[in-house]
Amino acid sequence: MKHTLVALLRDQPGVLNRSVSLFRRRGFNIESLTVGHTETPGISRMTLVVDGDTTSVEQVIKQLYKLIDVLKVSDVSQDPNVTRDLLLVKVYAPPAKRSELMQLADIFGAKIVDVVPDAMMIELSGSPEQLDRFVDLIRPFGIRELVRTGCVAMTRGASTVSGPYQNQEFRAA
Amino acid sequence: MKTLTGAQMMCEALIAEGVDVMFGYPGGAIMPFYHALPEYPQLRHILVRHEQAAGHAAEGYARTSGKVGVCVATSGPGATNLVTAIADAMMDSIPIVAITGQVVTSLIGKDGFQETDVTGITQPITKHNYLVTDVRDLPRVFKEAFHIARTGRPGPVLIDVAKDTQNARGVFEYPESVDLPGYKPNYDGNRRQIKEAANLLNQAKKPLIMAGHGILLGHASVELREFAEKTGIPVITTLLGISCIPEDHPLSLGMPGMHGWVHVNRAIQECDVLFTIGARFDDRVTGKLDTFARNAKIIHVDIDPAEVGKNVITAVPIVGDAKRVLENLTEIVNANEHSEWLNHIRDIQATRSKRQRDPESGMFTPHHVYAEFTRIMQGEFRVCTDVGQHQMWAAQLIEYMKPHTHITSGGLGTMGFALPAAMGVQVACPNEEVWAIAGDGGFQMNLQELATVVQESLPLKICIINNGYLGMVRQWQELFHERRYSATPMWSPDFIKLADAYGIPGVRVERAEDVAEAIQQARSTNGPFLIEFVVEREVNVYPMVAPGASISDMFEDPNEVEIEDVVAVK
Ligand SMILES: Cc1ncc(C[n+]2csc(CCOP(=O)(O)OP(=O)(O)O)c2C)c(N)n1
Ligand SMILES: [Mg+2]
Repeated sequence: MKHTLVALLRDQPGVLNRSVSLFRRRGFNIESLTVGHTETPGISRMTLVVDGDTTSVEQVIKQLYKLIDVLKVSDVSQDPNVTRDLLLVKVYAPPAKRSELMQLADIFGAKIVDVVPDAMMIELSGSPEQLDRFVDLIRPFGIRELVRTGCVAMTRGASTVSGPYQNQEFRAA
Repeated sequence: MKTLTGAQMMCEALIAEGVDVMFGYPGGAIMPFYHALPEYPQLRHILVRHEQAAGHAAEGYARTSGKVGVCVATSGPGATNLVTAIADAMMDSIPIVAITGQVVTSLIGKDGFQETDVTGITQPITKHNYLVTDVRDLPRVFKEAFHIARTGRPGPVLIDVAKDTQNARGVFEYPESVDLPGYKPNYDGNRRQIKEAANLLNQAKKPLIMAGHGILLGHASVELREFAEKTGIPVITTLLGISCIPEDHPLSLGMPGMHGWVHVNRAIQECDVLFTIGARFDDRVTGKLDTFARNAKIIHVDIDPAEVGKNVITAVPIVGDAKRVLENLTEIVNANEHSEWLNHIRDIQATRSKRQRDPESGMFTPHHVYAEFTRIMQGEFRVCTDVGQHQMWAAQLIEYMKPHTHITSGGLGTMGFALPAAMGVQVACPNEEVWAIAGDGGFQMNLQELATVVQESLPLKICIINNGYLGMVRQWQELFHERRYSATPMWSPDFIKLADAYGIPGVRVERAEDVAEAIQQARSTNGPFLIEFVVEREVNVYPMVAPGASISDMFEDPNEVEIEDVVAVK
């Protein structure tokens, strides 16, 4: 089963390296991994999608916790959450095909971000499944280049992953 | 304000952490540190002959003193030579701090002379590590490093300090506390879980305690004994748990696992509750996992949450410090006795211990050595073993009476461990009798340390069990590889002459009758002494569980005979 894990990391040298090599060492396959800033300076947030049974995911969470600069790890898969992936795709788009592509993009709420005589770059953010569907549909046009960022996830509702590390300002607001 | 160099700060930090001795080897990138060192005479430095030995010596020191061991090396080859010892400390949860010099900051990443990415190399084999390139970070990093090494589940921490950082000046203010929001070891076991464990133990008909290294690391020997005595539950001790309970204690049963005793493995398979504390269900203990303790509910106490549930399914997980959990548990658990169960195990043991090699065969085996050793030493010793057959026999046959008297490389199984580790033990316990016991193979992996022993006047007793083979590998070849002795017969130099070259007296013993005298001679010699026991070449360690087999399937020595008058003590 796929699990989406969210981890908060202190911005210290090597913390990302440690986390990633831990997956390698413990034989874990990472489907996607993203890291970025959070509401708190000095704390980064890593979102991981891994495939594994519950016991091995639990083991990986425990191993992650052992890293000194890992503050918090949660498996958000079971909680209602919003998961988003971002896609940039460059499609072969001669003038005859453009409008068809633009229509498709429109249906998915994607943006055309660059157009040149023979190609078009489309940007789409959404759930990974949504992106999969979109990619399937435009594949026949001829994909020249494609990149996805990997997922970020946030649980719905007022509670936060960061718990005690949450931003004071937010709490006051 | 008064400023110090980074190197001086490193020395000040070591002193602040209560360090009084370190094991090391200088070189270019660590020279500023060595330059500062003589200004701090309270810091004793022991010059080893190879950095690996510095690491093992620091481990030996930590394994006995309970303090953090410190080793020092230069960048590049100095640092890489430490790697084996760091990995060893990681596997066995030994608190050491390894300090390495690094090339100057401007050369880092440029393949400078003797540059290696030592923080990268040691990342999976340290509890944590640091590269310091700003002198202002030094006090905090040292404070954190020692804190991380010694708290929670102990382990090695490496500090790599760039050479220019050692030379840079700054104000030294040693922090009083650490600020590590991501590191909060849990010492108190969950009350509810402890209660559940007590309930399970109260109801158990055939309970068993498996005590591991955590008892020794957590200084919980007394608490373990009180718990066992109150509940009447027999105790088995893993390889690294050995010496956490006196082996002549009526409840002490001995070692489980691949070369554990038949009655101990049988007890595991028959018990209904297995209370495991400070042990991690290593494959050498469990054998085939799905057949291990199959009738038992398992209670697992460990300070490391990641160990709980890692290898076996646990009925009651308790994350906490061995000492505290045992105290709490002893308080609430019912007093009990399990004489029927204990007698049953002892009965199995009695029929087995009669099965020993025929003393009439005239063979001289390590059994004779260890029996005499136990008889003569009366528990007053510390033993460091190496890795191989002699190690397993030393675990089986020597009787250990006091905590931290059996020191060995368990998780990593590092040949070459015994001699340097014993140096560290001797430094930690200058007035005790410390024995390094190694095979002919392992001894030759770090024998250069004889020079350190002499230079530092360490009165170590060194014992080589010479069977002319890489014995443990030969045993596997005999049993599982068609007796194809590929690369295991081993020529050795004249060890007595070798010792003599270092100025160390020694004797060679080739007959069982001469064992006692040689041990006595070693004991009565002021200073180091070496004994080479030239033993029967092809003797196997039994009983044995084949790798990957169930611990229910042990095989015993086919050459054993049933006799009352046994050579070995156990
Ligand atoms: C550094 C290292 N290399 C190889 C091994 C594999 N190994 C395990 S036991 C053993 C044989 C040890 O021979 P010796 O030191 O003579 O001890 P004996 O088994 O004969 O008592 C070997 C090669 C090891 N454990 N460590
Ligand atoms: Mg040998």
